[in-house]
Amino acid sequence: MSEQLATAVASTATTTKAPEKGKAVLSEGKRAERRLGWLLCAPAAIVMLAVTGYPIVYSFWLSLQRFDLRFPARREFIGLDNYVTVLTSGYWWTAFGVTAVITVISVAIELVLGMILALIMHRALVGRGLVRTVSLIPYGIVTVVAAFSWRYAWTPKTGYLADLVSPGGAPLTERLPSLAIIILAEVWKTTPFMALLLMAGLALVPDDLLKAAAMDGASAWQRFVKVTLPVMKPAILVALLFRTLDAFRVFDNIFILTNGAQQTSSVSIQAYDNLIKGLNLGIGSTMSILIFLTVAVIAFLFVKGFGTAAPGSDQGGRR
Amino acid sequence: MRGAHPGVVPGRRGRSRRYRAAAALGAAFLAAPMVAACGSGGGGGTTINVYYGPEENFQNVVEACNAKAAGRYRIVYNTLPREADGQREQMVRRLAAGDPGMDVLGLDVTWTPEFAEAGWIEEWAGQNRADVESGTLPGPLKTATYHGKLYAAPKNTNVQLLWYRDDLVPNPPQTWDEMLSMAEQLKQQGKPNEVLVTGAQYEGLVATYNTLVASSGGHIISDDGTRAVMDAGAVHALDELRKLATSPVADPSLSNDKEDSIRHTMEDGRAAFELNWPFVYASMRKDRPELAAHFKWAPYPGTLPGMPGKAAIGGFNLAVSTYSRHKPEAFEAAKCLRSAESQKYSAINSGVPPTIEAVYADPDMTQKYPMKDAILQELTDPAVRPITPAYQNASTVISTVLSPPSGIDPQRTADRLRKELQDALDSKGVLP
Repeated sequence: MSEQLATAVASTATTTKAPEKGKAVLSEGKRAERRLGWLLCAPAAIVMLAVTGYPIVYSFWLSLQRFDLRFPARREFIGLDNYVTVLTSGYWWTAFGVTAVITVISVAIELVLGMILALIMHRALVGRGLVRTVSLIPYGIVTVVAAFSWRYAWTPKTGYLADLVSPGGAPLTERLPSLAIIILAEVWKTTPFMALLLMAGLALVPDDLLKAAAMDGASAWQRFVKVTLPVMKPAILVALLFRTLDAFRVFDNIFILTNGAQQTSSVSIQAYDNLIKGLNLGIGSTMSILIFLTVAVIAFLFVKGFGTAAPGSDQGGRR
Repeated sequence: MRGAHPGVVPGRRGRSRRYRAAAALGAAFLAAPMVAACGSGGGGGTTINVYYGPEENFQNVVEACNAKAAGRYRIVYNTLPREADGQREQMVRRLAAGDPGMDVLGLDVTWTPEFAEAGWIEEWAGQNRADVESGTLPGPLKTATYHGKLYAAPKNTNVQLLWYRDDLVPNPPQTWDEMLSMAEQLKQQGKPNEVLVTGAQYEGLVATYNTLVASSGGHIISDDGTRAVMDAGAVHALDELRKLATSPVADPSLSNDKEDSIRHTMEDGRAAFELNWPFVYASMRKDRPELAAHFKWAPYPGTLPGMPGKAAIGGFNLAVSTYSRHKPEAFEAAKCLRSAESQKYSAINSGVPPTIEAVYADPDMTQKYPMKDAILQELTDPAVRPITPAYQNASTVISTVLSPPSGIDPQRTADRLRKELQDALDSKGVLP
């Protein structure tokens, strides 16, 4: 996240300079300055390329091969065959559907709950710091640990929730209840994160605007919908973007709660199963690449379709 | 941190020193286990790292072998996770990276071909092979052999038996159908009647199905492990499994049943028959002594009239890692850990059936292991699960396609299995 903010700041810096640039020839000093700029950021850029670019390229290369660790002798280049295999597999699309359902439902619930939580934290008069800290506790707990508590809570004999909600049944052994529990665990875990991002947006809403609206007779709901939300829109979109990308890669909760049984695998679980359990580097890498592409498409849609931008990057240049 | 506060005010100096002390302490804590770990490697002589699943009293076996080694090497028992998948994942990940820190590996009987084909385990040749082969039962030995070469030493075997209540049924059923009709009769009489098998979507279901296929004289996968067969016997076995799953005497939570849950159900007194590993006997004697008096065992029922059942073999083999730096010592350590003496100790104290035939004849075994004759009888002609490097894939596909067992439609399920299994064997398809 800090990288994105850093690039946002950097792009603000360049756009403020942009109007002077035009087509005019750069002065000697300016050129030297620019060269220095490149030199200064070169090490960071090279490290970034080495640690992110290389693995991506390498897994793409693996995805074009038939490569199973158990049959090292049968390794060969097969072009896009792995993609055909994965994209025509019912298991993959089931997992894709499950992931999409988990993503959409959990992010929608998080948005509503996160907004409520953000408003509460924003308005809190006493103990503001305490309220914020307390609300962040779920986000601070290691996901795997939290997932284990959920699992025990929903297992008959070891947990209270299973006996309370469905006496005599075992919710984690059926598909729909399992999915509901996975979504519940996700929502519980990441709502505070959503709330924190939204609270940053709330801080952008000028009090004067709200007061003026109140003077004009707008009700609380009208003020929220007509004033607060539009002003907050960039923050909301950023929060949604981050959470959607995160939710699409859901792994730890499912791994602990069901480990993909009863058709609850997400695409990440399936990639893990094929890669680590199945030792099939070809198919597993293909899945990783497909997940990467999906995440890239989601990000592209958010940025181009809804005009999401990192906070601050658009205003700075235009003013 | 200091760079961020260039003007250190006098009052802060003490604080920063405290910080530094605390940081140093923290670092020491973090580093301590690493230093200790390095230390254990070079404590004079050779350390042989054995990676094996948790087994009660195995540490005692290790110590006995260490005493025998008289300082030439020292075996360290590293416990793998309890679940088979977790054990395999840990070893496979490290072997794929060429980790020299593992010397002797405890392999489930189904993993030998996979590890051998990948070149991760050493062949047992010459004297080592002769030592292992002498006196070892043929069934377990077959699980350690791949393409005619021996890749591991069978440490303990395991085989499922039919457990029944002789207060409900005086004579155990010979066949699967007989068992079902006996149970249905018991149900009509209002007596405990359930038939328990491991039917959850996991390896246990694959073992059960494999037993039924072998008992029906069928094949899931060709003997060389390259082709999905699913012949008439395999279809017949599907039908038997479906019959049980849709019968009124099946456990309502069959599609969720694993070894331990059916053991509990049997101990609760709801069931008449249970198909499970021998560990249930000791547990029954401990938990329900009054029921244990009527808790009897018999060979696995067959699926065809006049043909005895062929039960699938379980158990563990010991292999030597290709990346081990102390192979001669590792072979020797593995041989000691599975010697007749060690196996007898493990059988009596941890309840795991031996792989060396002579151990069964030991007088001490009669008391602790009354079902040893039934085990030995099954081991003479057992079902060995398909021998293929892609076993993990095949098993995942089988357990997925067979779940839930009540949804089996024999011919259609067989066709689907044949197609998906072939992909799995060729490591082509997507694993569920």
